[in-house]
Amino acid sequence: MSLKRAEKKEPLIRMVKRDDVSPRRAWAYRGIAFVLALITGGLLILALGHNPLLVYRDMVVGAWGSPTVIRETVKLTVPLLVTALALGLAFRMKFWNIGGEGQIMVGAIAAGAFGFFTADIFPSPLLITLMLAAGMLAGGIYGFIPAYFKANWNTNETLFTLMLNYVALALIKFLMNGPWKASGSSFPKMPMLAPAARLQQVLGVHWGWILALVLVVAAWFYFNKTKHGFEVSIVGNSRDTARYAGINVKRVIMRTMFISGALCGLVGVLQFAGTDYTITEGITGYVGFTAIIVAWLAKMNPYGMVVVSVFMAMLERGSNTIHTIYKIPASASNLLIGIIFFFMLGCEFFIRYRIVFRGRTPAVPVELTGNTGIMPASAASPFELSESEEAGNA
Amino acid sequence: MLDLATTLTMAAVLAGTPLLLGALGEILTERSGNLNLGVEGMMFMGAITGLLGSFLYEQTMVSAGIEAVGFVSALVALVMSFAAGAFGALLYGFLTITLRANQNVTGLVLTIFGTGFANFFGEYAGLKAGGYVAVSSVTKSAFAPLHIPVLSDLPVLGPLLFEYNWMVYFALVVAIVMAVFLFKTRFGLKLRSVGEDPAAADAAGISVSKYRYLATIIGGGICGTGGMYMSMVTTSGVWVHGCVAGYGWLAVALVIFATWSPVRGVLVAAIFGGLMILRMYISIPGLPIQIYEMLPYLATILVLIITSVRQSRKHAMPAGTGLNYFREDRE
Amino acid sequence: MSETLAVHMEHITKTFGRVYANKDVSLELRQGEILALLGENGSGKTSLVNMLSGIYFPDSGDISVHGNKVTIRSPRDAYNLGIGMIHQHFKLVEVFSAAENIVLGQPGAVAMSRRKNNLEVAQLAQRYGFEIDPAKMVYDMSVSEKQTTEIIKVLYRGADILILDEPTAVLTPHETEKLFAVMRNMKADGKSIIIITHKLGEVLAVSDRVEVLRKGEYVATVNTNETGKSQLTEMMVGRPVSLKIERPHVSPGEVMLEVVDLSCHNSDGLKVLDKVSFTVSGGEILGIAGIAGSGQKELCESIAGLYPAIGGAVLMRSELEDETIMEPVLGLRPDVISKKGISMAFVPEDRLGMGLVGAMDVTDNVMLRSYKNNKGPFVDRKTPRALAERLIEQLAIVASGAGAIVGRLSGGNVQKVLIGREIAQAPTVLIVAYPVRGLDINSSYKIYDLLNEQKKKGVAVVFIGEDLDVLLELSDRLLVLCGGKVSGIVDPRLVTKEEVGLLMVQDVTEASKGATEPPPEQLQMELPLQESTEEYFSESLNTEGNRPA
Repeated sequence: MSLKRAEKKEPLIRMVKRDDVSPRRAWAYRGIAFVLALITGGLLILALGHNPLLVYRDMVVGAWGSPTVIRETVKLTVPLLVTALALGLAFRMKFWNIGGEGQIMVGAIAAGAFGFFTADIFPSPLLITLMLAAGMLAGGIYGFIPAYFKANWNTNETLFTLMLNYVALALIKFLMNGPWKASGSSFPKMPMLAPAARLQQVLGVHWGWILALVLVVAAWFYFNKTKHGFEVSIVGNSRDTARYAGINVKRVIMRTMFISGALCGLVGVLQFAGTDYTITEGITGYVGFTAIIVAWLAKMNPYGMVVVSVFMAMLERGSNTIHTIYKIPASASNLLIGIIFFFMLGCEFFIRYRIVFRGRTPAVPVELTGNTGIMPASAASPFELSESEEAGNA
Repeated sequence: MLDLATTLTMAAVLAGTPLLLGALGEILTERSGNLNLGVEGMMFMGAITGLLGSFLYEQTMVSAGIEAVGFVSALVALVMSFAAGAFGALLYGFLTITLRANQNVTGLVLTIFGTGFANFFGEYAGLKAGGYVAVSSVTKSAFAPLHIPVLSDLPVLGPLLFEYNWMVYFALVVAIVMAVFLFKTRFGLKLRSVGEDPAAADAAGISVSKYRYLATIIGGGICGTGGMYMSMVTTSGVWVHGCVAGYGWLAVALVIFATWSPVRGVLVAAIFGGLMILRMYISIPGLPIQIYEMLPYLATILVLIITSVRQSRKHAMPAGTGLNYFREDRE
Repeated sequence: MSETLAVHMEHITKTFGRVYANKDVSLELRQGEILALLGENGSGKTSLVNMLSGIYFPDSGDISVHGNKVTIRSPRDAYNLGIGMIHQHFKLVEVFSAAENIVLGQPGAVAMSRRKNNLEVAQLAQRYGFEIDPAKMVYDMSVSEKQTTEIIKVLYRGADILILDEPTAVLTPHETEKLFAVMRNMKADGKSIIIITHKLGEVLAVSDRVEVLRKGEYVATVNTNETGKSQLTEMMVGRPVSLKIERPHVSPGEVMLEVVDLSCHNSDGLKVLDKVSFTVSGGEILGIAGIAGSGQKELCESIAGLYPAIGGAVLMRSELEDETIMEPVLGLRPDVISKKGISMAFVPEDRLGMGLVGAMDVTDNVMLRSYKNNKGPFVDRKTPRALAERLIEQLAIVASGAGAIVGRLSGGNVQKVLIGREIAQAPTVLIVAYPVRGLDINSSYKIYDLLNEQKKKGVAVVFIGEDLDVLLELSDRLLVLCGGKVSGIVDPRLVTKEEVGLLMVQDVTEASKGATEPPPEQLQMELPLQESTEEYFSESLNTEGNRPA
C-alpha cells in the first residue's frame, strides 16, 4: 500500500524459542548471571566508597571464618531450608503460599502455650514433643484455612495467606503486651523459655539442623516416589487432568497445604526452642519471604534448596559482618538478594530463547524423521511447554 | 456524635490515600495484563527517594545559602518518588515483558528488593546525617492540610471535604483521570484489550509490549507516590525503618475489591483507611488494641472469600492478567 | 508480470526449534481470485499465512504485495498493506462488544463514543449484507456471529487481501454455504482471498486455484477446474491413498452404556444438556454430531464422572463377582467408577489439558490412570514403564523412549499415547472426543483402525466428531445434538450429510419423536424438509460427496 512500509527492515532483534538446552550450558548461563549480579552489587559497594572485593571477602569470612560464625550461619540456614521445603511443596501444586511468615508465627505461639506454661508439669522430652506437635498442628491449620477456600471457591490464595501473616503478627503483639507479658518487664516482651523446654545442641547448634537434613531427603522421596507427590505434581499441572486421573483435587490441595503449613509451624518451634528461647515480632527473620526465593531458585528441588539456603544464610550473616566493619547497613543483604534474583530470573530467558540479530538466520535445524508408516513428527506442531502458565492467579 | 463522624471520616481519608495511590497504580498495571505483586517494594522505593529528594534539596539550598521553598520541595518529592516507583516497575517490566519471567515471582523479588533498597538507603542516609533523616518544617508545612478560602470555612463540609493535604486531591485527580482514560478513550480501549486478550490486541495491530511497558511503568510511578505519602505525611517527614509495612499488600487486595475500577477504588480505599484507624477513635470495651489491628486484614480476607464465592464476568480480573505474551507461542 | 499478483511469497523458510514449519515455499495470489491453500494438518499452511499477517517472521525468503517487496513485522504492518486475516481461533476480546472489537486499534479521535461506533459498524455491515448487532458482547455470540464480527473487522480496516484460516471448521453446512456466498461477493468486489482448508469438497466448491503443501514444503499449484479429488489427495499425501474408512460388521452385543434424561448446566446456569437419552451396545460405534458447543463436552465429561449433572442417570454394565448389572455411575469420580468393576476409557478433547500432563514423560502419563492400583504409599513405575515401552513400539510412537516428555511430541504421537493408554485398560465402554483433530491423514486412519479394532472386541464406542463425512462412514448409529438436546438418532447408511446438517440446527420440538432409543438398523427421524431448504440444498448437493469413491 505505501512504499514507505516496503522499505522497512527486518526487526533488529528477534527471539526464537530453543528446543533443548544442555544442562551444562544452562548452568553456565546461570553462573554468568550470578557473576553479573555480584558485579552490579559490587558497583553499589564501590559507590559507597568501599572496595567490593574486600567487602565480599569479609562477607565470606564473616560467614565461614570461625567455628562460631559457622554455627551462626547454620542456625540461619535451618529455618530457611525447612521453610523452603514447605513452600516448595505448595509451589509444586502452583499454590502460592506466601503465608510462611504467619504459619511460622502461629507454630511458635502454639509451642509457647506449652513451653511457657507447662514446663514445670511435663518432663523435658515429653514437653518438647508436645511443643513440636502443637506447633506443627497450628501451622498446619493455618495453612489449611486458605487451602480450604481455594479448593472450594478458588479464593485467591496469594493475598489470603499474606493477610494471615499480619493477623498472626497482631496476635504475637497482643500476647506480648497482655497475657504472655514477662512479669516484671516494663517492655512488652515474653519471658524466656525454661531450660528444660530448649532444644539440645549437637555440635554447637540445636538438633534442628539434623532434622532439616532428614527432611530434605524425605521431601525428595515425597516429591518423586510417593503417590501423594505424584498427585501434587498433577494438580499443579492441571486441575482438569487431576480430576480425570481420579484424584480428589480438593483433598490434595487441603492435605498438601496442611503439610506445608505444618512444616512452617515446625520452623516456628525450632526458632523458638532452638535459637531465640522467646517469641518476638521478629521470630521469623523474614524467612517466610526469602524461602520463596530459595525454593524457586532451586527449581523446587530439595537438594538444590540446601545449596541455595546455605548461600542465602551466608549473605545474611555476611551482611551483619560488613555492617560492623564498614558501617554498611544490614539491609544490604535484602538489596543484594534482590539484585541476584533479578539476574537469575532474567537469565532463564536466555536458556529458553535464542536471540537472532538482523540479517542472521537461525542455525539450520535438524528435521525430525519418523519411521515405518508414520508421518515425520508433524512439522508444524512442536508443542512447547509454556512456563508462563505458572502465573495463573486469583 | 457528628464531630466524631467528621473526625473519623477525615482520618479515614488520610489513612486511605496511600492505599488508594498504591491501588490505582496496580489497577493500571493489571489492566495491561501485568500482575505486579511488587507494589509494596515500589511504595518503599518511592517512600525513601521522595523523602531523600526533599532532604537533599533542603541541604543543597542551605549550603547555597538560599531559603528552601516548600512547594519546590514537595514537587521534588513527588517527582523523585514517581521516578523510583517507575524504575522498580521498569525492572519488573523488563523481566516479565521482554524476558518473560514469571510475574508472581518477579513481583515478590521486587518487594524484597524495594524493601531492602528503602531500608538500606534510609539507614545509610541516617548514618551520614548523624542519627536520622528528617525534613525541615518548610517541607512539612507543604504537606500540611490546606486551607482553601471560603470552601474550608464551610460548616461540616469544609473540614470534611476541603481541608486535606494536597496529596489527597492529587490521588482523587489521578483516580478520575484514570477512569476517563480507561473507559472513555481510544487508548483506554486499547489498553484494556491488551489486558484482556493480548493475542486479539496484537492481531488488531496494537503493540502489546508498548502498552504493557507504559502502563506498568506509570502504574509503578503512582505506587511510588503512594509510598512517598507514607514517609512525608504519615510519618511527618521522618524516615522510619519499614514504614510502608504492609500497605502495599493491602493496596493489591484493594484492587480486587475495587473490581479494577479507579472510581470504586476511591470508595474502597476510604473504607479501608477507616478500618485502619478505627481503633484510635472508637474503643470497644474488652477488645485489646492489637486484636483490633487485625480488622483490615480480616476484612480483606472476608472480601476475598465473598468475591470468590460470587464470581461474575463483569467484575472479573482482566483475563490476560498474570500471563506473559509471546506472539510466536502456539495455541 | 508481478504487477498482477496481489501477493507473491518466494522461497519462504520458517523453523520452530528443530523442526521446519515451512521449507522453501512460494505462493502467488492473483488479483481478485480465491486461492485455496490445501494441505493436511501440520503441512505448514497456517504458518505460511501467519507470515503474511505478521504473526510470525520468516527465517528467510521474500514477500511482495502488489509488486512491492515488503517486510511484515507485525499485524499492524499487515493491515497497512491491506492484508487482513480471519484466524481459526478468533482473535476477539470476549468482554468487548462487536463494535468495540471492530474499531479496536484503529486511528481516530481520542475520545470515543459508543453510539457513534455502533452506528458506523452497523452501516458497514449493511453495505456487505451482514446481520450483526454492534452492541452485542462477544461472550454472548454464537460461533458464526463471532466469525462475522471478524470478517467485518478486517473489512473495516480496508483490507483488500483476505486470509481465512479453516473458516468452515466450526460451521454447519448451511452456514458454510452462506460464508461461501459472502466470499464470492467479496471476490466480485475486487478482493483477493486465500482460504485455508483441508477439505477437498470446499476447495472444489469455492476456489479458482489450489496450492498444495505437504510437510511444510510446496507441492504444486493447479487450476481448480482442471483437477479432481483423487489428484488433490495424492498431492496432499504424497502417494495415492484410499480414503475409505472401514465399517466392519459386528453383530451388536449387550447394552453397555445407558444414558437417561441427562441434563447439565454450564457455569452461567444455562442448560447445556437437556434430557439426553441413548444407549450404546457392545460392538458398535455411536457417532455424535453437532455444531461446536452443542453440549458434546459436557455430555462425555458427565458420563466420565468429570462434570456435574443436574438430573438424569448414567448406567454402565458392571461385572463384579460373576454378577452383571447396570450400575448407576452418575456423579461418581472416575476412580470410584472403576472400583465398581466398570472399565470405562475416555479420550478427552483437551489432550494436554485433561488427558495428559505435557510436562511429564510417557511413563508418568501412562501411570496417570493406574497409579492407585498398587498398595502402599509409593508409586510403582515399573509396570507403567513397561506399558509405555510397549505402546511406543506397537503404535509406532515417535519418541526417544518411555522417558520422553509428552509435551514435546508431535500432535499425532501425543494422541497415540493417550488413546493407547486408554485402550490398554481393556475398556468395555470407550468414549473418544474429537480424536483426530489436528492430526494428519495417516495418523487419523490409524486412530480409526484402533477404534474399529475395539468395536470388534465388543467394546461400546462413543465417538464425538466434527467431520460429518467421517462420522457418517465410521459410525453404526449417529446421534445428533442441537443446543444440548438430541435432535435425532439416525442410521448413517441411510441419511445424507445435508439431512444431518439440518438436524444439527433444528429445533428439537419439531424434530423426531421418540428419539430416545431406536432399534438398530432403523431410520428414526422424520425429516420435515421444507421447500425452501430443499431448494437451498439442491445447489450444494452438486458439490457434495467429499467421500472418496
